[in-house]
Amino acid sequence: MNPGPALLQIKGLRKSFPAPDGGRKLIIDVPDFCLAEGEHLALRGESGSGKTTFLNLVSGILAPDSGSIQLAGSDMAALGEHRRDRLRGSSIGYIFQTFNLLQGYSCLENVLLGMTFGTRADRSQALALLGRVGLSHRLNHFPRQLSSGQQQRVAVARALAKRPKLVLADEPTGNLDRKNAREALELVRETCLETGAALLLVSHDTDVLATFRSVRDFADLNLALKEASS
Amino acid sequence: MTIALIVRRSLRQHALSTTITALSIALAGGLLMSVWVVKDQSQRTFTQVNTGFDAVLGARGSKLQLVLNAIFHLEASPGNLPASDYEYIRRHPAVKLAIPIAVGDNLRGYRIVGTIPELFTDVEYAPGRHFALAQGRLFDPSAKEAVVGSFAARRLGLAVGDTFHPFHGLIYDERNQHAETYRVTGVLAPSNTPADKVVWIPIHGLQTMSGHDPKSATDVSAVLVQLRSPSAGFMLDIMYNKQGNRLTFAYPIGAIMAELFQKIGWFDKVLALVAYLVAVVSAAGVLVAIYNSMASRRRDIAILRALGAGRLFLFSAIVLEATAIGAIGMAVSFAAYAGIVSAVAVVIQAQTGVLIETFAYSPVMLWAPLGMIALCAVCGLLPAWKAYRTDVAENLAPIS
Repeated sequence: MNPGPALLQIKGLRKSFPAPDGGRKLIIDVPDFCLAEGEHLALRGESGSGKTTFLNLVSGILAPDSGSIQLAGSDMAALGEHRRDRLRGSSIGYIFQTFNLLQGYSCLENVLLGMTFGTRADRSQALALLGRVGLSHRLNHFPRQLSSGQQQRVAVARALAKRPKLVLADEPTGNLDRKNAREALELVRETCLETGAALLLVSHDTDVLATFRSVRDFADLNLALKEASS
Repeated sequence: MTIALIVRRSLRQHALSTTITALSIALAGGLLMSVWVVKDQSQRTFTQVNTGFDAVLGARGSKLQLVLNAIFHLEASPGNLPASDYEYIRRHPAVKLAIPIAVGDNLRGYRIVGTIPELFTDVEYAPGRHFALAQGRLFDPSAKEAVVGSFAARRLGLAVGDTFHPFHGLIYDERNQHAETYRVTGVLAPSNTPADKVVWIPIHGLQTMSGHDPKSATDVSAVLVQLRSPSAGFMLDIMYNKQGNRLTFAYPIGAIMAELFQKIGWFDKVLALVAYLVAVVSAAGVLVAIYNSMASRRRDIAILRALGAGRLFLFSAIVLEATAIGAIGMAVSFAAYAGIVSAVAVVIQAQTGVLIETFAYSPVMLWAPLGMIALCAVCGLLPAWKAYRTDVAENLAPIS
């Protein structure tokens, strides 16, 4: 598969956090990273390696110390918080290890809320996605009434419903058994293929990583890890 | 639409604290409105109630005491005046009508007042309204007969044909029973005036009741006066109050009652202050309820932020939630208000016979709900600020 034009282009991305000694500890130092439109890429990394921080920077939840994050023509790093929220709301679908469904809302409402910010809540699209993930019969169920596998399927539907350009998946199978993990992963990849979304997945699970044609070590990408180990 | 859904769901998720907080606001709002309306309506009603008279003539003393005694049938009589004074004012060209009353007895705590039948036939107690009989007929001025006010009849369980013995004094003491037996010939229809809680008998009967001083058998306690013109009132005021020193002419009745409310104005202020404090405390309850639930909300806030919700959106949602709790509380507060004010009206009617208008529109019914809702919105600012500052990354744990 030939890579398409760049969807995500990162240059000189650095992020540090306050350290217990009063100084600052560099967590992310990614000089260069690129993800093409529609590309599916898995990043391999151990727990605590900064993968979530990296995804939070890409999604604009965190602001970097320096560098640029070009996403679909906008520099996420240069935007103010409000515009970062808007860009995340319209262009990024986020799938979490712990699903992060809103417990007080039904499956359908969770998916609709995923579409509301940045685009508009399209009920028919939400219903179609929930049907696609096999939950047409659970529309008005609350997350606590669903199994873990079903909850992750709602999370996938929520991330994909707004037809994002980029889907970020942070250990999406970490809380699932083997069967559910395989199904959830297939679902994420298939729905991303159907919608044309690029997929950036981070995981330390070798079974998950084995299903990806394109896998990179986060340690190769993030120079801060090399500096820490040297 | 989204913000409404989020607020609605949040209220439902915290249903218990929402209900308790809204109820406390309802009680506070109801109390605030009740204090205001009762104060307002009492003042308005009591300064307007004159049972159809412009002035009261009585023994030398306080005008207020005279009015309270003769018009409202409260307070003790400041003393008697001779029949000649009644005759003089009755014949005065400036006076349209003069009705004498005599007090000094009671029936199980309800005041017995002696008067003449003209009180019921010639007097409009309010414009266009005469006292009417619900049952029976008026008393015969020369017989031991009585006409009972509607409230007193209900409380005393008296009906036409019943008999009773009066008790001496204004305070009921079963040892002070008079020997005379009176028969009820009529029961007044409700007039919502102090007349409703009085047992009316012929004035001669009260003046000559066994045990009363025979020397004062023709004295009256006060004379209720209707004037031909307002200027006549000022003329009689000068004549009795400035030039004379034996009698008191209480005129105008409304202004004298207004003085009473001025004197007890401090009490109104204390009541209002208490109501305000209760309102502030219950609005602060909104702050405490939402603020205390922020720990459990942090994850939802972080998730919504991850979905693209802005800080300002979530700030607004929390303020709107506080406002909604205030609005729910104030909607219910009208029921609390109805309950409180109805109970107070019953007490006032029992004490004075006057029925205050409890459900008349008052500006407080607009500004109290709006004020309370605004106060709740202000109380939502602090938890909203906490929501605004919620760290998204930290609350989307676990971190890999």
